Amino acid sequence: MSEAPNALLKLEDLAVHFPVGGGLLGGPRGVVHAVDGIDLELKHGECLGLVGESGCGKSTLALSILGLQAPTRGRVLLDGKAVDGAAGDRMARARTVQMVFQDPFSSLNPRQTVRRTLETPLRLHGVKAKSEVEDRIAEILGHVGLRPEHAERYPHEFSGGQRQRIGIARALILKPKIILLDEPVSALDVSIRAQIINLLLELKETLGLSYLMISHDLGVVEHMSDRVAVMYLGRIVETGDWKSIFTNPRHPYTKALIAAIPDPFGRAQGAKIFGEIPNPLDPPTGCGFHPRCPEARDICRRPPIPDLEDLGQGHSVRCRRVRELAA
Amino acid sequence: MKFGTNLMLGGALFAMVIIAGIFAPWLAHTDPVMAADLMYAEEPPGSAFWFGTDAQGRDIYSRVLYGARISLTVGIVSQLINTVIGVCLGLSAGYWGGWWDDFVNGLTNLMLAVPSLIFALAIMAILNPGLTSLLIALGLTNWSFTCRIARASALSLKSQGYVQAAKVLGYGDLRIMLTQLLPNMLGPIIVIGTLGMGGAVLAEATLSFLGLGIRPPFPSWGSMLSDAREQITTAPWISIFPGLAIFVTVLGLNLLGDGLRDILDPHSRSRRA
Amino acid sequence: MTTKPLLEVEHLRIDLAIGDARFAAVQDVSFTIMRGETLGLVGESGCGKSITALSLIGLLRPPLNLSGGAVRFDGQEIQNLPADEMRKLRGNRIAMIFQEPMTALNPLSTVGRQIAEMFVLHKGKSWAEAERLAIEALVSVRVPAPERRVKDYPHQLSGGMRQRVMIAIALACDPDLLLADEPTTALDVTVQAEILDLIKDLCAARGTAVLMISHDLGLIANMCQRVGVMYAGRIVEERAAEEIFQAPRHPYTNGLIASLPLLGARARHGRQRLKEIAGVVPPVAAFPQGCRFHPRCYAASETCRAVDPVETHLPQGGFVRCHHHV
Repeated sequence: MSEAPNALLKLEDLAVHFPVGGGLLGGPRGVVHAVDGIDLELKHGECLGLVGESGCGKSTLALSILGLQAPTRGRVLLDGKAVDGAAGDRMARARTVQMVFQDPFSSLNPRQTVRRTLETPLRLHGVKAKSEVEDRIAEILGHVGLRPEHAERYPHEFSGGQRQRIGIARALILKPKIILLDEPVSALDVSIRAQIINLLLELKETLGLSYLMISHDLGVVEHMSDRVAVMYLGRIVETGDWKSIFTNPRHPYTKALIAAIPDPFGRAQGAKIFGEIPNPLDPPTGCGFHPRCPEARDICRRPPIPDLEDLGQGHSVRCRRVRELAA
Repeated sequence: MKFGTNLMLGGALFAMVIIAGIFAPWLAHTDPVMAADLMYAEEPPGSAFWFGTDAQGRDIYSRVLYGARISLTVGIVSQLINTVIGVCLGLSAGYWGGWWDDFVNGLTNLMLAVPSLIFALAIMAILNPGLTSLLIALGLTNWSFTCRIARASALSLKSQGYVQAAKVLGYGDLRIMLTQLLPNMLGPIIVIGTLGMGGAVLAEATLSFLGLGIRPPFPSWGSMLSDAREQITTAPWISIFPGLAIFVTVLGLNLLGDGLRDILDPHSRSRRA
Repeated sequence: MTTKPLLEVEHLRIDLAIGDARFAAVQDVSFTIMRGETLGLVGESGCGKSITALSLIGLLRPPLNLSGGAVRFDGQEIQNLPADEMRKLRGNRIAMIFQEPMTALNPLSTVGRQIAEMFVLHKGKSWAEAERLAIEALVSVRVPAPERRVKDYPHQLSGGMRQRVMIAIALACDPDLLLADEPTTALDVTVQAEILDLIKDLCAARGTAVLMISHDLGLIANMCQRVGVMYAGRIVEERAAEEIFQAPRHPYTNGLIASLPLLGARARHGRQRLKEIAGVVPPVAAFPQGCRFHPRCYAASETCRAVDPVETHLPQGGFVRCHHHV
């Protein structure tokens, strides 16, 4: 990957390990490598799609970017500056990175009006003049397609789609540069999803935002992303621009993910895979994907873990047999 | 329909007791302490003495009215202390977790293992009997249920998206606890508090009955019952009416608590569209 | 086909009681399923697809109740069957699998026993015989090491394994009809693909008819021969699966398909702005008058606001419920 100095968000060898189990006596029974050495860059104005199944570590990754989970190893750089969990840069981080949550029902405080939800963070970050607070709230509601009078209402008075708009407004109120989108439409009614997807893409253009989007919905990822990273067992197994990932996937796992999506037109699909994500307490040796991989050979089972190999044009794959298995 | 009746009946009974306590000086026929007249000792209920008189010839009706003041003060104030302690401990333990949670949990278990009345008895034995001591004794010994509820609510609420969002927006821990968690757990806490108030009224009566609470001649329902022990067969009205007052108050508070639970329970509110 | 259908549902109506008011959560829903056929019902949350399935086997509970219409299973009316008769049908001839297998399995009983129970209950087998059959059933749903797995409790299994066990229980008695309510929504995509294949293969091999319910149009079109699209308590369009995606007739179906970011669309046509469907899904208590889709419909006219459209049967089979269908 080219070393762009102006990467908005940069993860360097980020790892988060959790000790698990352990009874009353004695130490932990094992360590889960939820995130294990992630290098990632988010450039200005870009949407990076992060794809993976449950347990692949994508949520833990998001938490550590937001400063809610201290990394075991590695660094998070925002705007070129390394951040840690210290109280001082928590406020600065809040003005740089914000998040839109998956479930529009549990992500809004049922006891607070929209105005309170938007006003408190403004005051907390030094916007105290009444007129300015009013202007900012009106402006942001306009951006997400809500009317000024909506500010006086409580969350239960809104539909799921409108609630998600409020969640987006809350994420934007501090004018951050980066938004983490955690499955932003998967909890919404199917007929509402297009509204929110279109809104997010418009906001990205008009406000010059950068998105890191976590999703398992490959259709949404293909539609919205500029670049895509595929995660498996805490590591990135393939990354590249959206077109190469979707039209020329090279890692067997990426191929399997794409093949697993039911095609409504009944077109021929690629090979499916079997089995489930291995126990993270006892990960397989060598390539983490080999127990499920249709292409696995002896070489794949042997340690160490394969490296992320650059195939050119920003397309990297973590697979020993990638050259053999030419697309 | 059903929750309406509970709430209305409970509210009405409790309101009756409150009115009796507040307006006791106007509603009472005689002074509850000084108006002793041995001429009229142990008069049965009648037109002059509605609830009869006690061994010293004091009007039981007037004493029951004044007794409401003590019972209500003890019930409300001690339960407020319990609620504040329980919420502070439970909320912070659930939210922060770690060693603080272990500590609070241990303390709660300790409180639950020893009957709270025994605890209160011990405290009363150290302090001088009287209203203040009673408030302290009952206020320090009944917070464990509130604490449990607050802790459980905090545990389940802290993973909600809006709490995460508040953290991401830079809210401090105290602000998150007060604005994001507390308002969303008030329902069950109010219910527990109301039910606990009934318990405190009973505990006051018990302690006073045992001579460790309000000292005679001041009229508390418990001390009135205590005084009436010897006349229970000859003049049953001396014990019946304070007993009835306790019964009505505790019943009213329990019905009120149940009624509030039905209203505040999120499941009974309008389902999300 | 000229043979008699396995399941005939006619003018089904399900009422939702809110206080003293009653609202038709499902109204005038009719469909048939032939032996061995797979019918999909697709719709958004609150459209009535799940309660339609529950009503077929008498599992509706207040505030919902079946208040009209007829359900004929194998020629017999079953909507008013006494509870014990319905129990004999349920699990034996009509089986059901749910979205979240954890809540549908008994946490205190081993999976082997839960499968074996079906054979004892419905087929009168001895427990020893039933336990042997349970292992076979696990083999058929492709559970690895079935002899070991029968001794496991549900919490020891992964989501995908639990759903396999559910399928084994459902298919234990070789039912004629399987009701599958969002069977893969809680699962990861790669596991979903396996489970769907499993249901498809097993039911095809045994000639089991399937009523598959999902909010995922792509999944339904891929799995089913015919698809019914539900909106606000009605089937608005019912067609052969391959036709409905290629040439939707109802504005709702049409809008839904146009609004989906389908995998591969951007690679083929570049990024197009998604077509939005205006408005929100109405709650049961506020279903609009006339055509229930009219407030969100681009083609709505005066007639749509006033008159409830009836089913228009199409020459090539299926129907659409719209005044202005394409």
